[in-house]
Amino acid sequence: MRWRHLDKSVFLWLLLVAALLVLVINPLARLVWSSVQDGATGAVTLDNYLAAYGRWRYLEALVNSLVLGLAVAAVCVVFGVPMAWAVSRTDMPGKGLVWAAILGTFIMPSYLGAVAWILLAGPNAGWLNRVYMGLTGAAAGPFNIYTMAGLVLVIACYSFPYMFVFTRSALDLISSEMEDAATTLGAGVLRTTLRVTLPLTLPAMMAAFIVAFLEAIALFGVPALIALPGRIQLMTTTLWQFFEFPPRVQVAAAYAMPLLSITALLFWLQQRLIARKGYVALTGKGGERRVVRLGAWRWVMLGYCLFITSLSFFLPMVVVLQAAFAKAWGRGFSLDNLTLANLRFVIVDQPITRAATVHTFVYGGVSAALALGLALAIAYIVHRRLVPFGRALSYVAMAPFVIPGIVLAIGFYAAYTSPPLALYGTAWILILAFTTRFLPIAYANSNAAIRAINPELEDAVRILGGGRLLALRRVVGPLLKRGLAGAFLLVFIPATRELSSAIFLYTTGTQVLSVLLFDKSDEGNFEYLSAIGLILVLGTVTLVLAGLRLVGRDFMLTRTTTT
Amino acid sequence: MSKLALRHLSCRFGSVTAVDDISLELASGEFVSLLGPSGCGKTTTLRLIAGFLPPSGGTVEMDGDPISSPASALPPEKRNMSMIFQSYAIWPNMTVAQNVAFGLEVRRLARAEIRAKVGHILDVVRLAPFRDRYPAELSGGQQQRVALARAIVVQPAVLLLDEPLSNLDANLREEMRYEIRRLHDEFHITTVYVTHDQAEAMVTSDRIAVMNQGRIEQVDEPRALYARPRTRFVAGFIGRTNFLDGEVHGVEVVFDHFAIALARFGESPALRGKVAFSLRPQSIHLHRQPPAASERTCVIPGRVVQRAYLGEHWDYAVRPKDGELQLRVTARPHEVFEVNEHVWLEVDPGQMALLGSSIGT
Repeated sequence: MRWRHLDKSVFLWLLLVAALLVLVINPLARLVWSSVQDGATGAVTLDNYLAAYGRWRYLEALVNSLVLGLAVAAVCVVFGVPMAWAVSRTDMPGKGLVWAAILGTFIMPSYLGAVAWILLAGPNAGWLNRVYMGLTGAAAGPFNIYTMAGLVLVIACYSFPYMFVFTRSALDLISSEMEDAATTLGAGVLRTTLRVTLPLTLPAMMAAFIVAFLEAIALFGVPALIALPGRIQLMTTTLWQFFEFPPRVQVAAAYAMPLLSITALLFWLQQRLIARKGYVALTGKGGERRVVRLGAWRWVMLGYCLFITSLSFFLPMVVVLQAAFAKAWGRGFSLDNLTLANLRFVIVDQPITRAATVHTFVYGGVSAALALGLALAIAYIVHRRLVPFGRALSYVAMAPFVIPGIVLAIGFYAAYTSPPLALYGTAWILILAFTTRFLPIAYANSNAAIRAINPELEDAVRILGGGRLLALRRVVGPLLKRGLAGAFLLVFIPATRELSSAIFLYTTGTQVLSVLLFDKSDEGNFEYLSAIGLILVLGTVTLVLAGLRLVGRDFMLTRTTTT
Repeated sequence: MSKLALRHLSCRFGSVTAVDDISLELASGEFVSLLGPSGCGKTTTLRLIAGFLPPSGGTVEMDGDPISSPASALPPEKRNMSMIFQSYAIWPNMTVAQNVAFGLEVRRLARAEIRAKVGHILDVVRLAPFRDRYPAELSGGQQQRVALARAIVVQPAVLLLDEPLSNLDANLREEMRYEIRRLHDEFHITTVYVTHDQAEAMVTSDRIAVMNQGRIEQVDEPRALYARPRTRFVAGFIGRTNFLDGEVHGVEVVFDHFAIALARFGESPALRGKVAFSLRPQSIHLHRQPPAASERTCVIPGRVVQRAYLGEHWDYAVRPKDGELQLRVTARPHEVFEVNEHVWLEVDPGQMALLGSSIGT
């Protein structure tokens, strides 16, 4: 091979492979490896598995998590499907409001939702209980959020948007002609809906069901705030307990294995459901979609949508705002209870929150940039077939998708607490963990962006004498710009709110807001928690507004962001 | 010495052989088309020449230097070629002038020189008024001319065109054929032109290489290719034709229910055994009465079995004697015959092209 004939960009591609090794392969390998390793001697052993499954409490946690997942997914169907149908296919009024409320639900971190629901339905003191007692004169309220039912409700409130988005996408693709075909054969509206419309959306709903299930079993924040005080054992909270001092990483790794395998298996199943194109990806063209006229029922439908979004967005937002600006949240909505002291305390007085705010957005921004850069480069190599093992690269880039954040954190902890790469205690372990965690989102978006660029545009640069890097700089880069801004935000937003991996990897100097919020939840100072939450939400809202400007109305509420 | 030479060039993708041992030489300033159906390997051949693909076997040479071989291939950016792509590949983020200037900037020409050259070429392709527009604001034909200008302005050693007209509508396509030839006559750039449209190849090319299943079947000037196709594939691909299968018996070639004396085939090589000929529909003449015997032609009785009037000409299907063979005959509009009418076919054996064996047919 002559040097003049060699394509020099080869070295860049090698760098990318190295990055994937550090971010994905090594933590995963170390996770599996430590699960069969004796903590003290390093010898191969199965003791960790015995320790992890040897106690009924730990097994019970596993069962509880599965029950929780199923219950949440089922509630998501009840919440999400009617709303999707109403927004996509009916003449229900107020669609814009419903849409905005769902976007708001998306924006609200679920752990902040949990804080809000503690304010709403905490035993006795919760707003709902107080309203009930006030109305009935009863001595105690009926609501208690610290129960399995409460846990299911809160998690479902923040997972049903997946169901909504998936189902709406599927419904939007079914042309009215298909329904007309059934009608001309003599089927009525109800029969058509049940026999044609719903079955066509079933794969999408199944896929969303799986996503909601997996969200629920992998979630850490809400269970930590509700299940721990409620003494409900779950997989993620048990993992957390393994990490309490002294951390038993090996046992945690062993205990994480079922979570990892269930997730991987179900995601594989979900991909297969979506991939059955003949069934799901219906032809969007060739038929307009008419709306179903609901008559008076449209107000009922709107009422239902507003009821659900009240649970997920409006009520939580109201109580969080009240608490953030209240001297004491229990004193209610009166002017003399209003104060800016909480916000002032959080933003100005307390160095730790000030630092955490900076960390949150800096780490989020850096990891979003890293993830996007890496994802773009990989998507590019894969699409242009620059290396023979491109498919493998894309699988590796998508792999973190099936790794629950908490499991990923254990992998990172196992891989980077000791030399050669002792990152624990530095900001980098958080940044790299976030990068890995959201790499799949970045990759899915980059992939779509690169696919839209005809390779002949680059060939044209090369044949005119420019190298591949010049083609990237002068042609590919400028063409990608717009789409990438959106993709950047789609990584940035979840990275600023990430809790489940951060909780295992932060140290005193590297706290982020989500961790702080969780840390302070023990103290029961809800005014303070709400103020922190409010900063997070305001930050996110700013970012989302930027995204809406750049990408348009479908920003965040399309399937590329959630699959 | 030839400008560009392909020697025993092959390209395999897994078990598929896209280009199979082709050899072709282009003289400096020559315009050669690669013509063939989709999937015949013509675009792959072009991408091999451009250096986007490494060959699996054989070499590409420019001015006698190998630039592509299985061991090593010069990257496309170092070949001093330019190419026009099927999608035009005009960069949508640059204006017309920026697109055209790009190759000159890469070559580090002085700014004033770039401006002069861009101005000149835009005049040549009649795009001067559009120089500051973005590609999205141009029509398909204008985009095509931007691609032409961008490729020609760098005065490449070799110009490659990959089905450049396939995205244009019919009228524009016809106009652009002549435009491409006009530009070639002005700049004399050695050119390889890939197309599946025989009319495009005929209008633009000095020579045409007909490709089929990864091989070159025949390379010839357009007229020779039409008049003297050497394989069944070439005869069938270029224009319409009749195939006549026969066998040599003594002093005659015996076809289906009729025979032609060997002597009539003139100086063609000694015919033996089974033979096949291509006979163009317009090389057959129909008569109501047997025409006067001549030295050149021979006359076969037949019957019209089908006819269609196409405005510019008649299209007849005629069965010689009562055989199975049907010959297609093109006749001028005033030559009217009825279906089932008995006619005389006048055939000039000199216009019958002897076909060699072809791949896959």
